[in-house]
Amino acid sequence: MTSTTPRPRLVVVGHGMVGHRLVQAAVERGLSATHDIVVVGEEPRPAYDRVALTSYFAASGPEELSLLPSGSYDDPAVELLLGTEVTALDRADRTVALSDGRVLGYDQLVLATGAAPFVPPVPGRDLDGCFVYRTIEDLDAIRAAAGPATAGVVVGGGLLGLEAANALVQLGLETHVVEMAPRLMPVQLDEAAGATLVRHVEGLGVQVHTGVATESVSGADRVDGLVLAGGARVEAQVVVFSAGIRPRDALARAAGLEVAERGGVLVDEQCRSSDERIWAVGECAAPGGRMYGLVAPGYDMAEVVVDALLGGAGRFVGADMSTKLKLLGVDVASFGDAFATTEGALELVFSDAVAGLYKKLVVSDDGRRLLGGILVGDASAYGVLRPMVASGIDLPDNPEELILPPGRGGAATGVASLPPEAQVCSCNNVTKADLLERLDQAHPGPDGAEHHCEDVAALKACTGAGSTCGSCVGTVKALVEDHFAAQGREVSRALCEHFALSRAELFDVVAIHGYRSFDEVVAAHGTGRGCDVCKPTVASVLASLVNEHVLGEQRAVLQDTNDAFLANIQRNGSYSVVPRIPGGEITPDKLIVIGEVARDHGLYTKITGGQRIDLFGARVEELPVIWRRLVDAGFESGHAYGKSLRTVKSCVGSTWCRFGVQDSVQMAIDLELRYRGLRSPHKLKGGVSGCARECAEARSKDFGVIATEKGWNLYVGGNGGATPAHARLLAGDLDDETLVRYLDRYLMYYVRTADRLQRTAPWLDSLEGGLDRLREVVVDDVLGLGSELEAAMARHVATYVDEWSAVLDDPDKLARFVSFVNAPETPDPAVSFGTVREQIVPNGPVDLGATIPVGAPA
Amino acid sequence: MTTSTSTSTSTSTSAGPDELLWVPVCPLDALAREAGVPALVRGEAVAVFRTHDDQVHALSNIDPVTGASVLSRGIIGTRGDEVFVASPLHKEHYALRDGRCLDDPTLRVAAYDTRVVDGEVQVGGRRPECPQ
Repeated sequence: MTSTTPRPRLVVVGHGMVGHRLVQAAVERGLSATHDIVVVGEEPRPAYDRVALTSYFAASGPEELSLLPSGSYDDPAVELLLGTEVTALDRADRTVALSDGRVLGYDQLVLATGAAPFVPPVPGRDLDGCFVYRTIEDLDAIRAAAGPATAGVVVGGGLLGLEAANALVQLGLETHVVEMAPRLMPVQLDEAAGATLVRHVEGLGVQVHTGVATESVSGADRVDGLVLAGGARVEAQVVVFSAGIRPRDALARAAGLEVAERGGVLVDEQCRSSDERIWAVGECAAPGGRMYGLVAPGYDMAEVVVDALLGGAGRFVGADMSTKLKLLGVDVASFGDAFATTEGALELVFSDAVAGLYKKLVVSDDGRRLLGGILVGDASAYGVLRPMVASGIDLPDNPEELILPPGRGGAATGVASLPPEAQVCSCNNVTKADLLERLDQAHPGPDGAEHHCEDVAALKACTGAGSTCGSCVGTVKALVEDHFAAQGREVSRALCEHFALSRAELFDVVAIHGYRSFDEVVAAHGTGRGCDVCKPTVASVLASLVNEHVLGEQRAVLQDTNDAFLANIQRNGSYSVVPRIPGGEITPDKLIVIGEVARDHGLYTKITGGQRIDLFGARVEELPVIWRRLVDAGFESGHAYGKSLRTVKSCVGSTWCRFGVQDSVQMAIDLELRYRGLRSPHKLKGGVSGCARECAEARSKDFGVIATEKGWNLYVGGNGGATPAHARLLAGDLDDETLVRYLDRYLMYYVRTADRLQRTAPWLDSLEGGLDRLREVVVDDVLGLGSELEAAMARHVATYVDEWSAVLDDPDKLARFVSFVNAPETPDPAVSFGTVREQIVPNGPVDLGATIPVGAPA
Repeated sequence: MTTSTSTSTSTSTSAGPDELLWVPVCPLDALAREAGVPALVRGEAVAVFRTHDDQVHALSNIDPVTGASVLSRGIIGTRGDEVFVASPLHKEHYALRDGRCLDDPTLRVAAYDTRVVDGEVQVGGRRPECPQ
């Protein structure tokens, strides 16, 4: 773009992340409409994401990190010169000299030259095999040197040093980190946090040497090791220096601009240097004499300068130096006044060396305000805590609950302590304030009329919260309950519009009155004709108490489709079939039968995570034929469809395993056969491991049994799924009989008192007193319920009948398994299959943007 | 077309042009209260439902969200006075009366005329979408 009158020219020196941001802001905010902009970058490629440098090893090429993938700005007023250095700055002539010999005049000049790695002046630092960690070229060189090398050492245990160590680990080198300070990340972490981080980092195979200086780099022409103060040696063929950075202010110094005492172009709040036409941003700048080594403050400075050039009054007044990152897979966060430098500041610390957790809160002397904190091992609270520092809101009365893990006195959701701006649903960016506003004020609904959100379902519908991955539904629910409780309104635990009772209350009502049908229950305690929430709940309660066939009498119409057809419905309306294989143990003959059935009916087969074989793609009318063959071969229903016991997984145990101390297979079979068919508020899984190696992963189950030299340890309340939980020890070293007794009590207590679709882990958390309370009920029998719970389980065990055998013997029940009531021989044309990896898969239909709920539905 | 979706009193079998549309499905006795069955009606999968008060309704069996032929396998319930079937896949609720989705006004399934003649359930023509 040329015009007759020359336009003012803005020259930007440096095309790193901050220089790029400045040009972007200039284009977006219209500065390029009045100015020509020339950007000079010395690297051979446009700006890239230096923060994510280590991910370059996993990337397909440099383009993947690029911030300007097209290689040029799409504004003709912006010119980008790459591979070009600015060699001199002449303030009198207002020109810069370029390495290609050109001289470029400027009206405004922005220095965005960044920083250079600091290499401590130790002997041998120039040997081949010594590197810094700053550019893609550095990484390419490190990668080339790592090829023949076996070990590498990083000098510097700060943020960048650990990043570099991660890179060396990824390159397959035995990796060392040497840090002069007594701990890792000395700028962000205190001693205890640093120690916790060391344990994590060492757990990943990195050897950490803290509190020790580097004496020299050894080697003849190439590096062969590092000599530490005191004479110790670390053998390494690659040395990476990452001992801090220094502002690149040489150009400014040579031109006579004022610089800060510790380096960096001294600039005012508008980022203007001592020369009014020259500005500096990012790591080469020192606003108020202080240099900021993070990208976010640099971005802020870039915006401020563009604003100033447009005549705005934006100011840079310091930055939040909070950091949260994953270093070598370890969560680390440091925010606010992490070192408690504020006068009178108090520290609250939670530390669990075994779990590798360290959490510290720094609070004001009156305990009312959060000033800062440090999190290592689990930084999930960062999203809640950092806004509390920024907004200065009052802390809750028991601030330690913010960092204690749930179940150890920590609030499971902690919703009351969340600041309004805390993000509750990260999938749809919904904050606590958004949700509360919807609860407080009426909003127009899809029909145009004004609606109040009164419950979780309505909130989900109108804000989107909880509608994507579902993992925040528990938080949303707690928020709704808290909100209405605070208003003095009773929080409804009603099951649905037809029943004002909770599931536990409904269970008691049915037990006390001895009801046998939904009609009786709804007539006496409900309204209307029920729905897809209360009908299956009542059916499950009836099954737990009476244990009659789920498809008997009027019960079939109460069941969700899986229970109604005793199989698992799949996306195209076909079903999967899972025969029970107790404990995962199966004879070759039975294995062959499953194979033959699958082959003859053209089913897709897959081994499940619960040690079962899942047969997919059965049409509804095929289910009885398939089950006839399976039942004849000795199989029975695996209940994979029901909210009931699914599997008890086991390892091979002492019969085969050289480490096993008990027969885990026999115990798993016994437990699976005992609890098979037990209808419960949610599906149930168990596991039995024959020794502490835990090959059955029993602690991820609702009940986990782990063999000890003396008997069995019983763990409860574990689950996988959207909100995983590790099972916790209820009782140890039990004999077989006591184990079963405690399990009977635990399972029956859960079946009676849990909410609809509440798994054992949240149920356990919801019990007042948690695990201790459960132990009182199950082990100490303080409620005197023990014998009653055992009797209920004994009744279940005695009345168990295989559901599929019963269906096959009953023409009335079989009548429902047809494609069409008026054309039972015609397969439904809507169900069809294609082939992938030599097996069938559903052909369409395709989900049309449907959201599949996970976790506990509201 | 009438707004009444079913009748258990009609005994008219006189052949008119519309009469040819009626397809016999099954005896009313074969249909459990508050349950659905799939039927093949002129080559299409149709879900036929019987309510607690013996009204008979018919909707397309195809769940409009997933395209799967499954609505006859949903649970029947009530929301206020509205009788619905909940899709067994993702639990959207469709009014048996006219196929409107009670959760999302942009969704609807086709509804069919039904009647019971001499104890036999029959499905007639697909009804035009009635205005909201």
